[in-house]
Amino acid sequence: MPTLAEHASQSTPAAVHESGRADFISVRDFNFFYGKKQALFDINMDIPEKQVTAFIGPSGCGKSTLLRNFNRMNELIEGVHHSGEIQLVGKSIFDRNVEVIALRRTIGMVFQKSNPFPKSIYENVVYALRISGQTKKSLLDDCVERSLRGAALWDEVKDRLHESALGLSGGQMQRLCIARAIANRPKVLLMDEPCSALDPIATVKVEELIRELKQEFTIIIVTHNMQQATRCSDRTAFFYLGKLVEYDNTHKIFSNPSEKKTEDYITGRFG
Amino acid sequence: MDNIGTHSLDFFKTDKHEASRALSRSLQNRFLTLLCIALSLATLVPLVSIVILVLKNGLPLLSLHIFTELPPAAGMAGGGFGNAIIGTLVMVGIALAIAAPVGILSAIYINEYAPISRLAKTVRLVAKLLTGIPSIICGVFAFAIVVMRTGYFSAYAGGVALAVLMLPTILLTAEQALTGVQSAYREASYGLGATRFQTIIRVVLPDALPAIMTGIMLAVARAAGETAPLIFTALFSQYWANSLSEPTASLSVLIYNFSTVPFPHQIQMAWTASLVLVAFVTAANIIAQTAFSRKH
Ligand SMILES: Nc1ncnc2c1ncn2[C@@H]1O[C@H](COP(=O)(O)OP(=O)(O)OP(=O)(O)O)[C@@H](O)[C@H]1O
Ligand SMILES: [Mg+2]
Repeated sequence: MPTLAEHASQSTPAAVHESGRADFISVRDFNFFYGKKQALFDINMDIPEKQVTAFIGPSGCGKSTLLRNFNRMNELIEGVHHSGEIQLVGKSIFDRNVEVIALRRTIGMVFQKSNPFPKSIYENVVYALRISGQTKKSLLDDCVERSLRGAALWDEVKDRLHESALGLSGGQMQRLCIARAIANRPKVLLMDEPCSALDPIATVKVEELIRELKQEFTIIIVTHNMQQATRCSDRTAFFYLGKLVEYDNTHKIFSNPSEKKTEDYITGRFG
Repeated sequence: MDNIGTHSLDFFKTDKHEASRALSRSLQNRFLTLLCIALSLATLVPLVSIVILVLKNGLPLLSLHIFTELPPAAGMAGGGFGNAIIGTLVMVGIALAIAAPVGILSAIYINEYAPISRLAKTVRLVAKLLTGIPSIICGVFAFAIVVMRTGYFSAYAGGVALAVLMLPTILLTAEQALTGVQSAYREASYGLGATRFQTIIRVVLPDALPAIMTGIMLAVARAAGETAPLIFTALFSQYWANSLSEPTASLSVLIYNFSTVPFPHQIQMAWTASLVLVAFVTAANIIAQTAFSRKH
């Protein structure tokens, strides 16, 4: 089995793939609280456009919390508050003029446990269009094909678009959720451990898909799987106890981390 | 290896005390199982005997006339109770038209909008208390707020009484149905930019609907058989109703009236009305249990 560092060096060095703004999303002095409990401490980071950024770190270190702030999903939880700033292309996402609804259409999300609606495959994909009032059949049909192709699922389901999504396999369901998330052409795709419930083959498919998708989307992925981070991310952020310990090119993090904590974690000494 | 070996031998302990303890444990076990079976069979006895009794006494008079004709005058033969069947259906319908929207919308409010608000807690508590209120009180209540105001007995007064009776059941089952909807569906919907209203209409309600319908049918089944609330509100009528604002016949009140008179034909008819009512209630219950059960 190749070591992590070898893995990292096999994948394309991140610096080569420079395709957009370096501070597409920028986090400034960000603190986050669940009631009195502080979950994030002074986070500062810039997330580059059309690249894959991986969040790693031991359980409970705040990866999901930060991720769910990017589309303000945490606001659904009672009693949370934050300080500091998160900006998308230079504009605060917490600004009073920002519509949460519009923000969530710009920043799509794929959850850890695949959660297709108990509807047909077709209706799952067009959900975002339906709620924005789109009824034109040809447009919806196009969207279904484009999104399912985008999620590498089209060939497997094209003959049963109107069957329940709950009849799909776990891996297919997760790709359906990806198709559903990209149907509205968001700019950013947030993925919270998208492969943690999948078998190795389904995982490989989703990882290939992630590498594909970064042509079009800015992707942030939370993962517990170091190999996965090295295989599909350009930048990696290591979190520990609510703090951002190290954030650099994936290759650098896995071959030559600057922080002792990072090294301990990626070599499996704790966490 | 050794460890595993000695471990597995524990199952074959030949100790005498252990053996007798095991025997008494297994006897105890068997006794409890038998007791449970006997008691479950015992619960069937009243149900089965009701059905047999009602069939035996109700079937002889059952015919098409029963559904199309008016009740016979005291001591007279023939006739039917078509007006009572329609009366029951109409009043249950009115009750449903009031209780279903109120109950479902309240459930949506207290589960989706403000689950931990004081109002939600109060509504939940009141609904639970209401389920325990005797049905005759619902009748007195509707008598006070409808019959006393309008000055006459009527189908809608009966409908109001039954609605009060049905409301807590519908509300509580609907709330339970909504609680049962996976929060992952809500998250997915919000994550795709849906508003709360869209999430409720497109994801939450469709998923909860079967269970909500079950609650509604159970409430219907219960209300259809109630007599006390109707005696105070709709009373009874020998005739076909022309409007909702006049005394109205119902199956349950007909059974009550006819079973207390000294005429054999009327008593027979009360049995037949019981048969129709039991059939109606059973149908509602069966629909509630099967037709709307979740498919996945
Ligand atoms: N809804 C919540 N209410 C209160 N505290 C929470 C809530 N969600 C998370 N936390 C706390 O915030 C901290 C960060 O949690 P978070 O879910 O972001 O961790 P994570 O890095 O995603 O962990 P994992 O790898 O296990 O998913 C943890 O201490 C957690 O207990
Ligand atoms: Mg998490």
